[in-house]
Amino acid sequence: MLTNKRLIISHFWLAFIVFGAALVLGAWQMFVRSPLNVWHFNPEFYYRSVTAHGSVMGYVFPTLIAMGFGYAITESALEKPLIGRRWAWAGFFLVAAGAVVAMIPVSLGLASVLYTFYPPMVGNPFYYIGVVMVVVGSWIWVVLMPVNMAAWKRENPDKPVPLAMFANVAGAYLWGWTAVGAALEIIFQILPVALGLRSTIDAGLARVFFSWTLHAIVYFWLIPTYIAYYTIFPRAIGGRLYSDAMGRIAFILFVVVAMPIGVHHLFADPQVGAGFKYIHSVFTGLVALPTLLTVFTICASAEIASRLRGGRGAFGWVGALPWKNPIMLATALSLVMLGFGGAGGLINMSYQLDASVHNTQWITGHFHLIFGGAIVIMYFAIAYDLWPHLTGRALESFGMMRAQLWLWFIGMMVTTFPWHYVGILGMPRRMAFYDYANPAISPQAFSVVMSAIGGFILLVSGILFLTVLIRGQRSAASEAGAYRFAVPLHMPARIPVALNSFGLWLALMVGLTVVNYGYPIAQLMVLKETNVPAVYVGASR
Amino acid sequence: MSEQPLFSLRNPWFSASVGVTAAIAVLAALAGLIWLPLAQADLKLSSIWDAICSAAGVPRASQQGDAIQPDFKTSIVVMTSEMLTRHDQVSIGRGATLAQRCAICHGPQGVSDANSPNLAGQFAAVTYKQLVDFKTGARVNVVMSPFAANLSTQDMLDIAAYYAYLPRVPSDKLDPAMPAPAIVTIGAPMRNIPPCGSCHGDIDNKAGSAWLGGQSAVYIKAQLHAFAAGTRRNDISQQMRNIARQMTAEEIDQVARYYEAQP
Repeated sequence: MLTNKRLIISHFWLAFIVFGAALVLGAWQMFVRSPLNVWHFNPEFYYRSVTAHGSVMGYVFPTLIAMGFGYAITESALEKPLIGRRWAWAGFFLVAAGAVVAMIPVSLGLASVLYTFYPPMVGNPFYYIGVVMVVVGSWIWVVLMPVNMAAWKRENPDKPVPLAMFANVAGAYLWGWTAVGAALEIIFQILPVALGLRSTIDAGLARVFFSWTLHAIVYFWLIPTYIAYYTIFPRAIGGRLYSDAMGRIAFILFVVVAMPIGVHHLFADPQVGAGFKYIHSVFTGLVALPTLLTVFTICASAEIASRLRGGRGAFGWVGALPWKNPIMLATALSLVMLGFGGAGGLINMSYQLDASVHNTQWITGHFHLIFGGAIVIMYFAIAYDLWPHLTGRALESFGMMRAQLWLWFIGMMVTTFPWHYVGILGMPRRMAFYDYANPAISPQAFSVVMSAIGGFILLVSGILFLTVLIRGQRSAASEAGAYRFAVPLHMPARIPVALNSFGLWLALMVGLTVVNYGYPIAQLMVLKETNVPAVYVGASR
Repeated sequence: MSEQPLFSLRNPWFSASVGVTAAIAVLAALAGLIWLPLAQADLKLSSIWDAICSAAGVPRASQQGDAIQPDFKTSIVVMTSEMLTRHDQVSIGRGATLAQRCAICHGPQGVSDANSPNLAGQFAAVTYKQLVDFKTGARVNVVMSPFAANLSTQDMLDIAAYYAYLPRVPSDKLDPAMPAPAIVTIGAPMRNIPPCGSCHGDIDNKAGSAWLGGQSAVYIKAQLHAFAAGTRRNDISQQMRNIARQMTAEEIDQVARYYEAQP
C-alpha cells in the first residue's frame, strides 16, 4: 500500500539524476588520466571532478536510494501510511539543498579535497556544511524508520516484524551510528579550521574519526542491495526465501560488526598502534560472515524457485532459472561482482597483503567493483521492480533492461580488473597525471586504456538505464497491484525477541565501538603534539 | 512477540552473542597487544606491560642522543603551502622602502642585468626563506650575508611581500617557443631526478620552490653547481643537492638557458 508515491519517487529521481551527472564526471576522469588523452589539461580540474564524483556517489546517491527505498518498504511491508510524512519531505529537501551547497564550492575549485576530506587539506567551509546538511537530512530518515517500526509493533504485538522492515531499520541504525564519526570530524576538526577559527588540525585524529564512518558507510550502501536479495529476488523469480531467520541474523551481524572495524583503512597510518590494527583486522574478518550467509541463502532461494519451475540435477537447476527476468539477471551479476570484490576485500583487510596494494589503484578498483558493481546494479533492479508501483505505468523495455544490466556488468569488469592489475604493479591512486613515456610506467598504459573503455561502457549503460525509466514514465497507465515482498519457505509464527528487536544489538555495537576505538581516540585527543598546520586548498597562488 | 526478557543471562541469544563477541575481543586483544609484539624480537620489549604499551601506540621518546649533528648550519624555516600567500598593503609599502637598499644589485623594479636573481614577482615565501637563511648563516654569500644580518623578521616579511607584489618582467632573452628540455618535463627517473617543472611551476608549484622564469642563466647555473658541490646547502632535506648531484653539466646548461627564456 504505497500512499506517498510522490515522496518515494522524488528520492529515486533525484538520486538517479545526480548519479547520471557523477557518472559523466567519472567517465571523463577515466579518459583524462589515460594515455588516450594527450596531456593538456589543468590537473586541478581532475581533483575538482574527483571530489564532485565521490561526494555525489558516496554521500548523496546511495543515501537518497536508502531513504526512498526505506519509505517504500515502510508503507508496503507494514501496510500502513508512513508516520512523519512532513519530516520525510523536510529530510529530502535538506539532502537536496545540502548537495547544492556542497557542490558550488567544489565546482568553483574551492574544495578539491576529495570526498574523504583528507585533512590537513582544508577547503571552503560550505563544502563541509553541505555534506553535514545531507547527513542531517538522512538522520531524519534514521529516526523515522524505528518510529514507524515501533508504532507497528504496538499495533501488532504478536507478529514478527516483516524482514524487509527489520532490515531497513537495521540499515537506519547502522547509518545513524556510522555517520557520527564523520560528523565529529567535520564539526570538531575541520570546520573550525575552514572557518578560520584555528590554523592547525589533528590530522591523525581526524582520520581515525573518518575511518569510523568510512568502512561502515559501505554497509549502509549495501543494505538496500541485501534487502533486494532477500525480499525482492525470491518473489521476482517465482520462488520463496529459503530462511527468514538467516536474513535477520545477517542484518544483525552488519549492525554489530560493520562499524568498529574501520582502522583497517589506516594500516599505513602511524597514529594508531599495531595492536589496534590487529584487533580491527580480526573483526573485519567477521564481517565476511553475513555476506557468506547471504550468498548461501540467496543461492538456496534460487534453487527453490528453479525446482518449482522443473529444474533438475545437482547443477542442472541453474539453467532452469528465469534468466530473461531482469531481477534474476541483476542478482546473478551482482553476486559475481560481490564474489570478486569480496575476495579483494579480504586481501585489503590482511595487514601484510594490504602493504602491497595500499593506496594503489587496486583500492580504487576494489570499491568500484563492490559499490559501483555489486551494489549499484541492485539499485537498478530495485528501481525496475518498484517503478510500475510508483508510476502506475508498466515498464515494458525488458530487452533494454537486460542490455543495460549486461553492459553495466561488462563495463564494471573491464574497468575494475585492469585497475586491480595496475594497482599490483604499483600505480598510485589519486593522481591526475601519469607519465606513460616513463619506462617504469609505460607497461601500465594498455591496462589504463582498457579501464577507460570500461568507463565509457558504464556511461552507455547509465544512459540506457535513465532511458528505461523515462520511457516507463511515458507508457500507458496500468495498475501494478500492491507491492509485495518475498515470502519465506517457512513463515515464522514465533521468533525470539532478539531477532525481532534491536536493543541488544545496538548495545553490542556501541560497546564494541568503545572497546575498539576508545583508546586510539582518547590517546590522540590527549596528545597535543599531533596537531599540524592546515593546508588550505584553493588558496591564491 | 515474546515475554522473554532481552537483557537476561537466561536468554540464550543474549548470553551467546555477548559471550562470543567478548571472547573474540579478548582473544584478539591478547594476540594483538601481547603475543604478536612479544613474538617480534627486534622490538626489544622488556615486559608484558611494555608490549601492551607498544602495540597500543603509546608514544615513546626515541633516542636521538646518538644522532650526528652536521658541522654547518641548516635552514630553520618551516615551509607550509599557504605560507605568505595573503597580501598586506602595509607590509608591501614598508617593503618598498626597505628594498631601496637592494636595488643596487636587484634593480629598482626587482629586475637587473647584474646576473643576480630577479625578484620581481617571486613568491614571498621564497624570498623570505632565503633572507632568513642568509641571516642564520644557513646560506652564505659575501654580499647578501651582511645585508641580511641586521634585518628583523618583520623586515624580511615586508621585503618578501613587496617583491611578490611587483609584476614579473621577462628577460631580454625571452623565447617562449624554446622546447622544454626532457629534464624539465619528465626528469630522469633512472637517476631519481623528478621533473624541474613538478616543483618550479611548469607542472606544479611546491612551497618554497622559486619561480625560475626570466632568471639569469648564469645565476641558475652557478646555483646548480653550488648545490652539486655542496657549497650551498640551505635546501631542506637536501632536495636540490640530491637533484643537482645527479645532473650532467649539459643538463645544467639546458635548464639554465631554458628558464632564462621563459616569461
